[in-house]
Amino acid sequence: MEIVLLQAFNALSLSSILLLIALGLALSFGLMRVINMAHGEFMMLGAYTVYVLQPLFAPLGGPALGLYFVAALPLAFLTTALLGAGLERLVLRHLVHRPLDTLLATWGVGLVLQQAARSLFGAPNVQVTTPPWLQGGITVTGSFTMPYIRLFIIGMVLVAILLVWLYLVRTAAGRRTRATMQNREIAAALGVRTPRVDMLTFGLGSGLAGLAGCALALIGPIGPSLGTYYIVDSFLVVILGGIGQVVGTAIAAVAIGGANALLEFQLSASVAKVLVFVLVIAFLQWRPAGIIARRAAR
Amino acid sequence: MPARLSRRSFLVGTFGLSAAWLAAVGGCAPPPATPTPLPATPTPVARAGPAPGAAGVIKVGILHSLSGTMSISETSVKDAEMLAIEEINAAGGVLGQKLEPIVEDGASDWPTFAEKARKLLQQDKVATVFGCWTSASRKAVLPVFEQLNGLLWYPVQYEGLEASPNIFYTGAAPNQQIVPAVEWLLKEGRTRFYLLGSDYVFPRTANEIIKAQLAAAGGVVVGEEYTPLGHTDYSTVITKIKTARPDVVFNTLNGDSNVAFFKQLRDAGLTADRLLTLSVSIAEEEVRGIGPEVMVGHLAAWNYFQTTDTPENKRFVAAYKRRYGEGRVTDDPIEAGYLGVYLWARAVERAGATEVARVREAARNLEFAAPEGTVKVHEKNQHLWKPVRIGRVRPDGQFDEIWSTGSAVEPDPFLERYAWAAALKKGR
Repeated sequence: MEIVLLQAFNALSLSSILLLIALGLALSFGLMRVINMAHGEFMMLGAYTVYVLQPLFAPLGGPALGLYFVAALPLAFLTTALLGAGLERLVLRHLVHRPLDTLLATWGVGLVLQQAARSLFGAPNVQVTTPPWLQGGITVTGSFTMPYIRLFIIGMVLVAILLVWLYLVRTAAGRRTRATMQNREIAAALGVRTPRVDMLTFGLGSGLAGLAGCALALIGPIGPSLGTYYIVDSFLVVILGGIGQVVGTAIAAVAIGGANALLEFQLSASVAKVLVFVLVIAFLQWRPAGIIARRAAR
Repeated sequence: MPARLSRRSFLVGTFGLSAAWLAAVGGCAPPPATPTPLPATPTPVARAGPAPGAAGVIKVGILHSLSGTMSISETSVKDAEMLAIEEINAAGGVLGQKLEPIVEDGASDWPTFAEKARKLLQQDKVATVFGCWTSASRKAVLPVFEQLNGLLWYPVQYEGLEASPNIFYTGAAPNQQIVPAVEWLLKEGRTRFYLLGSDYVFPRTANEIIKAQLAAAGGVVVGEEYTPLGHTDYSTVITKIKTARPDVVFNTLNGDSNVAFFKQLRDAGLTADRLLTLSVSIAEEEVRGIGPEVMVGHLAAWNYFQTTDTPENKRFVAAYKRRYGEGRVTDDPIEAGYLGVYLWARAVERAGATEVARVREAARNLEFAAPEGTVKVHEKNQHLWKPVRIGRVRPDGQFDEIWSTGSAVEPDPFLERYAWAAALKKGR
């Protein structure tokens, strides 16, 4: 029983991580049809933001030391959002309607960012100290412990997805975004400044990648190639969820996370990975548009 | 790929410059600080073998991944080899000639390793090459070195079962790391083993060896798990480990997966006193990347630690930090890369030539006072006699040595001296 609970929590935790890394892509890939291969590198930059901020807070000492992580969240968001907006303005704008070219261009940008990080911070991994208030966990029964970091990530994802949903549904800017993505020409004819919407949306997606990077810094490696470990999974989630569907993305993350945790426990990590791919492919054969198909006319 | 092109042209430029600089130095101002060897240069005593480049220069190749995933580990080994070359040059060079390093980037890509090895041997005509890290890269360059009769000094512990006449193995064979570590754990009363590794050749071969050894010595394997390289979520694996209740996790994970595994192990409340792990691919450099506070108390088996107490090591660590910065650390593969350069230089001095056949002959039973202690080249299999150590991670990321063999252990890459290994070989 304990093991079942533990694995259920692991599944939830894995799903939250998948959702966190895929949420930004759901915007840039889902809404804009830009295949952003540099998404992983934006996460890497987010993780390095945590690393850079840590020594600045060292003089504070004591429990205040942990504040560096709180400060890193908005800073990472802003840094990567600005970079993303810049990338959209300088590169992607010229590749509108050529999704395959955006794949190549952003992959190249990703390589440049990786090598830049390598030159700037060195090739070896760097480490950060987990803030004191995120160390340890809640012990429910005997060997069932819920680490604070995992709970924090789950909470962070819930907040992020709520904010993104509110932004898209409840704000004027969000409405303009959806209008542009549904029919660019008519939106433009009605006075929406579509280039500006593109830049903002892509910036927002990249900023979310930066946020994800902060969280990943606490549970995984921080190095120049960090992004490459997550990029495939995040695309998998977005495609399974259905293009442009924030809710679909969430369901897909839970499905993939759950399947992974279950299969890995019963079989092995390598086999689980393969089976999850097979299941996703089979599902897309059955429903090519993903879990939630787009209803709007194109 | 723009990044790669620009780096290549940058390197070409750098080589051009350094070559021009060396030519200028070698041409007009021979270093006066070398008293005896200089007169020897005009009378070349048997300068056979790969022809040296400019007069008074012996070209040597360095072939490591300076970009891509493996650059994390290999860049530091390159640094150590460059340091040894600089030291040897400052002391007058080899056979009175300066060493000129030619650095190539294997880019964490095995075909690139083979291509660059060929380039170093055929185009640059280097006397020897120091390089590689992964077994895959070594296997990729091996046919090139055998075909062109080159010489490779390979600095990393590996799974054994190989002995090429064109390779000197300066890292540990399995019987100098894995086998003694298992023996020690059993002696400590830890008999229930959980084998965790990355899914590729080294961990799988290593675990075959461990399973055979445990079967003979009365240990039990309570679980065996492989995760893909770059795997980042270990919560499920940790659940499985918890369920299996092992005495020790024998860890052959490689690369960044280790960071995820140890961080998540700590988050799950499993510190070293509740679940002990022993790793064979985590050295000081990796501990620094994982975070010492996450790894405190866990064990690693190596031949060398930065804290190893020898006068040679004090000198080496001081020199390395002086050259590359106080913040840098040394570790086992770094030391093995460093000592490889010295062993080659000694062998060349003994042979009086850089020709591969003569260097190989001269290297037999060659001894060297390395930072890890005195090592000796094995006369047959070209591995090294090395001491074996087990260390425990300290809060500062260094290791406390808790056990060592004291003297050097004979390398046995094919595990011929172990009865239980016979079945293992029959099985493959």
